[in-house]
Amino acid sequence: MITAAEFQAPSIEYSLLSPLLVIATVAIIGVLVEAFAPRQLRYLVQSVLAVAGVVVALVLTVLVGMNLDVLRGGAARGKVAAAGAVAVDGPTVFLWGTLLVLGLISVLLFAERRLEGGVLSFAGQAAALPGTEAEREASTRGLEHTEVFPLMLFALFGMMLFPASNDLLTMFVALEVLSLPLYLLAGLARRRRLLSQEAALKYFMLGAFSSGFFIYGIALVYGYAGSMEFAAINEAISGTPGGTVLLLGGIGLMAVGLLFKVGAAPFHAWTPDVYQGSPTAVTAFMAACTKIAAFGAMLRLFYVAFGGARWDWTPMIWVIAILTMVVGTVIALTQTDVKRMLAYSAIAHTGFILTGLVGVQQRGSLSVPGGGITSVQAVLFYLVAYGFMTVAAFAVVTVVRDPGGEATALSRWAGLGKESPVVAGVFAFLLLGMAGIPLTSGFTGKWAVFASALASGAWPLVVVAVLMSAVAAFFYVRVIVLMYFSEPIGEGPVVTMPSALTTIVIAVGFLATLLLGVVPGPVLDLAASAGEFIR
Amino acid sequence: MSFPWLTVLIAVPLVGAAVVALLPKRAGGALPKQVALGVSVLTLAIAAVIGVGYDVGGGFQYTEEVTWISAFGAHYAVGVDGIGLTLVLLTVILSPVVMLASWEDGHVGRWSVNSFFAWMLALEGLAIGVFAATDVFLFYVLFEATLIPIYFLIGGFGGARRSYAAIKFLLYSLLGGLLMLASVIGLYVVSVDSKFGPTYLLSELSQIPIDQNVGRWLFLGFFIAFAIKAPMFPVHTWLPDATAAATPGTSVLLVSILDKIGTFGMIRFCLGLFPEASQWATPVVLVLAVVSVLYGALLAIGQNNIPRLIAYTSVSHFGFIVLGIFVLNSYGQVGSTLYMFNHGLSTAALFLVTGFLIRRRGSQLISDFGGVEKVAPVLAGIFLVAGLSSLSLPGLSPFVSEFLVLVGAFAHNLWFAVFATLGIVLAALYILLMYQRTMTGPPVAAVVGMRDLGLREVTALAPLLVLIVLLGFYPKPLTAIINPAVHDTLTQVGVSDPAPKVPATAGAGAQEESNQ
Repeated sequence: MITAAEFQAPSIEYSLLSPLLVIATVAIIGVLVEAFAPRQLRYLVQSVLAVAGVVVALVLTVLVGMNLDVLRGGAARGKVAAAGAVAVDGPTVFLWGTLLVLGLISVLLFAERRLEGGVLSFAGQAAALPGTEAEREASTRGLEHTEVFPLMLFALFGMMLFPASNDLLTMFVALEVLSLPLYLLAGLARRRRLLSQEAALKYFMLGAFSSGFFIYGIALVYGYAGSMEFAAINEAISGTPGGTVLLLGGIGLMAVGLLFKVGAAPFHAWTPDVYQGSPTAVTAFMAACTKIAAFGAMLRLFYVAFGGARWDWTPMIWVIAILTMVVGTVIALTQTDVKRMLAYSAIAHTGFILTGLVGVQQRGSLSVPGGGITSVQAVLFYLVAYGFMTVAAFAVVTVVRDPGGEATALSRWAGLGKESPVVAGVFAFLLLGMAGIPLTSGFTGKWAVFASALASGAWPLVVVAVLMSAVAAFFYVRVIVLMYFSEPIGEGPVVTMPSALTTIVIAVGFLATLLLGVVPGPVLDLAASAGEFIR
Repeated sequence: MSFPWLTVLIAVPLVGAAVVALLPKRAGGALPKQVALGVSVLTLAIAAVIGVGYDVGGGFQYTEEVTWISAFGAHYAVGVDGIGLTLVLLTVILSPVVMLASWEDGHVGRWSVNSFFAWMLALEGLAIGVFAATDVFLFYVLFEATLIPIYFLIGGFGGARRSYAAIKFLLYSLLGGLLMLASVIGLYVVSVDSKFGPTYLLSELSQIPIDQNVGRWLFLGFFIAFAIKAPMFPVHTWLPDATAAATPGTSVLLVSILDKIGTFGMIRFCLGLFPEASQWATPVVLVLAVVSVLYGALLAIGQNNIPRLIAYTSVSHFGFIVLGIFVLNSYGQVGSTLYMFNHGLSTAALFLVTGFLIRRRGSQLISDFGGVEKVAPVLAGIFLVAGLSSLSLPGLSPFVSEFLVLVGAFAHNLWFAVFATLGIVLAALYILLMYQRTMTGPPVAAVVGMRDLGLREVTALAPLLVLIVLLGFYPKPLTAIINPAVHDTLTQVGVSDPAPKVPATAGAGAQEESNQ
């Protein structure tokens, strides 16, 4: 007779996990609000609730970050929590903070109502088929889907859990939690609904497919290591000389899942379609935050779990990085839609960040202790810089409109510099930031990842990266030329005055891009003080 | 800490640019122009104070140093030596001249007069910063930042093909700049392992021993960027397009000031940081320089378009400058530094006076002119003096520098010198042919009734002509400050002058004086 082993309730470090719990709780409350609050109150309640939730979580993140335990003589900080499922360490807290700040400004974008004449820019009634009587009725009644706020918070919860997960199962659960709400949100555009629904379906199909790869990889790695926990996997790898088929297959398949999420070639095909079709607020949120979360998870997986197999996965990242940079920049040259162009630019940025991934990992590997940029520091900084630029750039896209909604065709942007100097100036600056012109955050970020890659001897990668940066500059500058030096076609674009919400988003993104370019010291030091990952 | 003169010198034009941009925009309003001119004259005055207080032979002066990004080892560090000061002076002298000469040019584009003059001021401030930077990171940042104002100046206010020219210029420059970025990052990787920790200060970097192969690769990154900027054969093709499309004032800023960053950078960074690699590369660089001299001159002779012609003459002149730098002796380098200054003056005069000419006739083609000296004698006279200075007529300032460069070349290798000397003959051809075709003979119908130069135009050109003549007879003020700096550079490279086979020249003589 088998006696059940004595059950021990796992101890949960509630204070350490409080930011995660707050976001999850607020999301669930949001669902209840949707069920019980009267329709006319929902917008107000949901938006205030979401903003308040994110702000509270942000404050808690700061508190958690200030009170982390110091480990390894200061090289790392943090603690493994929730019975080994979640690692709350320096990088985790840094990423939480980044995700929450970007989440906060994304909520503001979601809540923008003035641009669509008093309603959200999401479908009035997503279930109504496009072009039917039901849709028209939903439109005339001014219906809104305020569910977008809890959905977004669920996604944010998944994004925060993703880079913090300390075993394979948690990581998979986080991946699904962050993805599913995004699939839904992608299909909710108020205008051009067929395009939006197509985007959602594509995203869902390919996303589900890549999740399949990911979980298969998990199975193989489990088969190799006999454990789901990162620390145990690392030990198994260190204990066995040379990779085996199981391990290499596992690493490869899991990499497919992660590379899909960050939009690296050759798993990037969904990016342009989904970025273009989704409501622009969702695109902004998704482009910035998903990438940040997925890169955080990738860093943790590769450095913590697969750190011992570094020489096995480095060549793969080299190839992927070069391919991604080339595909992203070259195809971006031919784009005629601003959202698609930004999508390919996002792919190119993924390539640049990947060069940082192969960089010098620990401070100890440089002969001068305390000096030198580590790859974690470089990638974290780049993610912050990229996040702000991206959200702000898409926010600008939402305000350049014509009677059919957002004027996303690039040809419609001709002459914008004359029509609206401020909007065009901000957008030009953001583009220069993405191109990596000095005194913008993009330059600092590029410098950091390239320096970390070069320090590890990956100079061919850096040379490709700088050449591709030159190519990339061309398509960014092309838009600036269009805005400033071309005559408008026909009526020309109109910049609709948004409410304070979108204005705040654009201003924050602009200022962050400027400040992180001119005085990047504090954020770089913060990223450095995040230290190493813990096991 | 003493008064931060250089920071003020950089900040005044930048602040002025912001002010000018924000002034009310009214059609035909002269206020933005007056403010811009006032700011540039103020900058000139500040630079004059700096120049007067400069201690000849005192190394880097007016130094300031503040840590900027400690993780990168980047500092806000500025200071001038003789070479840097020469180019700063060139910048502050040319800026007001260009503004006065471009008084009416701000109206041609789609953009307001305010932005034209604001971009010019911004460019002035950034260029001063580039020449004063003593931190590689700061230099790089400013180097790239100068692209933005000049891009808008070409693209916003030029002729028909301005958009194409602007983007061609930008892409060439960015390509070079990004290759340099790889080298700049490489310097970080070198310095992070040194006793200084991560640093970009020139004073510290120059003490760090760099592995031979690493040094050569890093040298290449810098050199290619500077060769594109200078521009040297075979990466010069953006320049004629840019000058043909830009306004004359923009061309002056581009060729006389910004392109000097290339040759300045070769002295300061290529030679200063990678002495071994510089000597290693010398043969190839010298061949390219001589090719630039001859190729630029030959193309200039064949041109029918005046701004393009001047652009090609500059390619030729930059060949001389690079030649002087890389012969690695004091004659050549003093000559080159002086050449940078003199070429700035003579090319500025040439661009501006032909700009007035082109504006009157509405055509850039030499074949559309003829007999202008009959109808506009003052214009023709100034054109002749500017042209003669460009072909290095003895008695005008470029002669001194060209002569020194050739002396340096002879001391280094006879053959380079022989071929480079041919460049002088060709220079006489392209200038005199242009003068003959446009100015002499009977006036063609289109130029009959052409106005001669007005007071404003003569006033703008006068300082240039005065300086050209003055420095032609008495280059001592400049050679005195250049000599010690060249001496320092050559010490860093680790070469000494070959024993003179000719009596001491002006350059060597002045050096002895300063060493006493």
